[in-house]
Amino acid sequence: MAIHPPADRLWWKEPLATSEVIWIAVAFLWGLVMFFTMIYWHFAGEQNLSSEAYKISPEKFAERTEAMAAKYKVREEGDTGVPVVRPPAGTDIYMFGRLWEWWPVLELEKDKTYRLHLSSLDWQHGFSLQPTNINLQIHPGYEMVVTLKPNKTGEFSVVCNEFCGVGHHTMVGRIYVVDAK
Amino acid sequence: MAIFRTCPDTGLKIHSQAEALIKANAVVGIVFLAIGGLFGIAVALTRWPAVHLLDPEWFYLVLTAHGVGVLLFWIIFFEMAILYFASAILLNSRLAVPKIAWGAFALMLAGAILTNIAIFQGDSSVMFTSYVPMKASPNFYLGLILFAVGALIGCFVFFATLVIAKNDKTYEGSVPLVTFGAITAAIIAVFTIASGAIILIPTWLWSLGFISYIDPLMYKIIWWGMGHSSQQINVSAQVAVWYAIAAMVLGAKPLSEKVSRSAFLLYILFLQLASAHHLLVEPGLSSEWKIFNTSYAMYLAVLGSMIHGFSVPGAIEAAQRRRGFTRGVFEWLRKAPWGNPAFSSLFISLVLFGFLGGITGVIMGTEQINLIMHNTLYVPGHFHGTVVAGTTLAFMGITYLVVPLIFRREIWMPRLARWQPYLFGLGAGGISLFMMGAGTLGVPRRHWDITFSDAPLSVDVPGTAFLMMGLNGVFAILAGLGGLAFIINIVGSVLIGKRRDKTVARTNPVVFDGGAAVAGYGAEGTMKVPGTVVLVATFFTAFVLYYYVNWKFLSEVWPLS
Repeated sequence: MAIHPPADRLWWKEPLATSEVIWIAVAFLWGLVMFFTMIYWHFAGEQNLSSEAYKISPEKFAERTEAMAAKYKVREEGDTGVPVVRPPAGTDIYMFGRLWEWWPVLELEKDKTYRLHLSSLDWQHGFSLQPTNINLQIHPGYEMVVTLKPNKTGEFSVVCNEFCGVGHHTMVGRIYVVDAK
Repeated sequence: MAIFRTCPDTGLKIHSQAEALIKANAVVGIVFLAIGGLFGIAVALTRWPAVHLLDPEWFYLVLTAHGVGVLLFWIIFFEMAILYFASAILLNSRLAVPKIAWGAFALMLAGAILTNIAIFQGDSSVMFTSYVPMKASPNFYLGLILFAVGALIGCFVFFATLVIAKNDKTYEGSVPLVTFGAITAAIIAVFTIASGAIILIPTWLWSLGFISYIDPLMYKIIWWGMGHSSQQINVSAQVAVWYAIAAMVLGAKPLSEKVSRSAFLLYILFLQLASAHHLLVEPGLSSEWKIFNTSYAMYLAVLGSMIHGFSVPGAIEAAQRRRGFTRGVFEWLRKAPWGNPAFSSLFISLVLFGFLGGITGVIMGTEQINLIMHNTLYVPGHFHGTVVAGTTLAFMGITYLVVPLIFRREIWMPRLARWQPYLFGLGAGGISLFMMGAGTLGVPRRHWDITFSDAPLSVDVPGTAFLMMGLNGVFAILAGLGGLAFIINIVGSVLIGKRRDKTVARTNPVVFDGGAAVAGYGAEGTMKVPGTVVLVATFFTAFVLYYYVNWKFLSEVWPLS
């Protein structure tokens, strides 16, 4: 029994069952397949997270975000006072998370590419774009740059999915995707 | 002078101090399971939108207490009991330095209480992960540090016991496979606790104001060196428990000692890389780093688990076939002792861990697929499949053997014990499944209100997500009832169960006595196990299909690079 020392002191010389050997081979090969699938997707797939990131102070990131918002503001979101910003396609766009909002609201064009810069002004936040379900971890002090291409029009929510204190569940932002004019 | 008794069931010499330490650690562990489990039900009932039990402050507080209480305190106290059992008891030896082992126990208990006090004072609702720069009160970290130091000392008592047993020649040849698994768990525990110390001590000093800044990204990398590796302690301990239950109930022996031990060795070599599983969507980490680490080199630790996934049912099948259940492919399984709670716990734990916890863990840990799962409810769905349906159920199973063998009491309500693993397994399986279902719909984890009723902007949440959260609540209640049935029965057995003397041990044996069917111990060698082949083929098919389904899901989201 497995609770006793092996009776055969040379247990490493005991023969193996064929079925077990085959299973080990299958499992090992499957591991290789899964390993190389990740690499393959970097060449063939369209969803790969960039590793482009910079260290940045929260003040500086807020400044850049506010500058973009002032320049490209098209309206306000309902009566919330949050600007809706429509930067030109192909440019660098900014959004920050802070307790407890994603700011500002962005309006993007379908099938156009944007370089989205994300950072937090205080604690860690989770950028969770719904309903498409893309999830990124946002750190204070780090600026993450993701190149995005919205492939559907509509109203998307940015939910916070990293716990950030007692108002966590009220932290919501928005991205509109519209057809290019 | 060490005092021993001889176990009437196994003939092993049992050191009274080792026995007392096993009892103390197991009992405290089960108390934390009871408390932490209760918090878990409160969490699930709050997340059930139609019930919404707690207000947000209490919810986040209780969620913190739930995570810390069950993931650390329940499991690690119980693992200390397993370490002492696998060393002193199975090796027929005295336990090294029992006084220090009691000191370790006291430190762990003091730490666990201190952290819980900090949480319930209300200023440490920072979740189990306590990501900086969110700050808890200093005692929150201090309690965890004390607990970890105690656990580390316990590991060294375990290692010292191995040395004593070897020197005193209390056993012949190599250590039993179960002890080998426990050694694996203890080695990983040392790495885990070292990571914990490296990050928690500075964080404690930071919370006291002696350090001004902790980098949040660095914190995560090292913290998960503890947070994820501690789950690998659980995996190793749980697999060792699977082998132990199969051995004690059925007299099972591994198909091959060499293969099973090599699989444990793969855990030691590769499991520590898993910190990366939590860092796949962080800023700045390179894809090369992520791919290598998240796959444990090239899925070599997964290979270890897949080997055990064959070897454990294989050992059961081989033992059953030796006893004469040889008809067809599955007679061995049909005629398995399904009414024995230790056995049913083992088998349900094995199946749920593999299908719910294992497959989903690998898929969620795939570099790109993590984009559509990170921090959604899929994550807790996965680890309730591993830690609750897998580890907790396996530990419950062995408790049904520990009570008669170590506490020397009969199980108080045997009929309840027969049902308990099924009820708990059903509940835990449901929790895991429905949380993962909600996660694929984008429902965030650690979130008080998926209706977003207090948020300035509205969010469209699919109706199915509400259904999933409701079902999660229902199955949490079932798991809670299963947990309650376990705790009442074990506490009752320990306090008022019938005493087990030599006569009872003879009339109602707990450990398989071998008999004529099983001659000697050793690997099963080339014994044929067709039923196990069918089982793992089913598992493998599910794995491959579900893996590619998730790539399909990923390919539909916004392109990003």
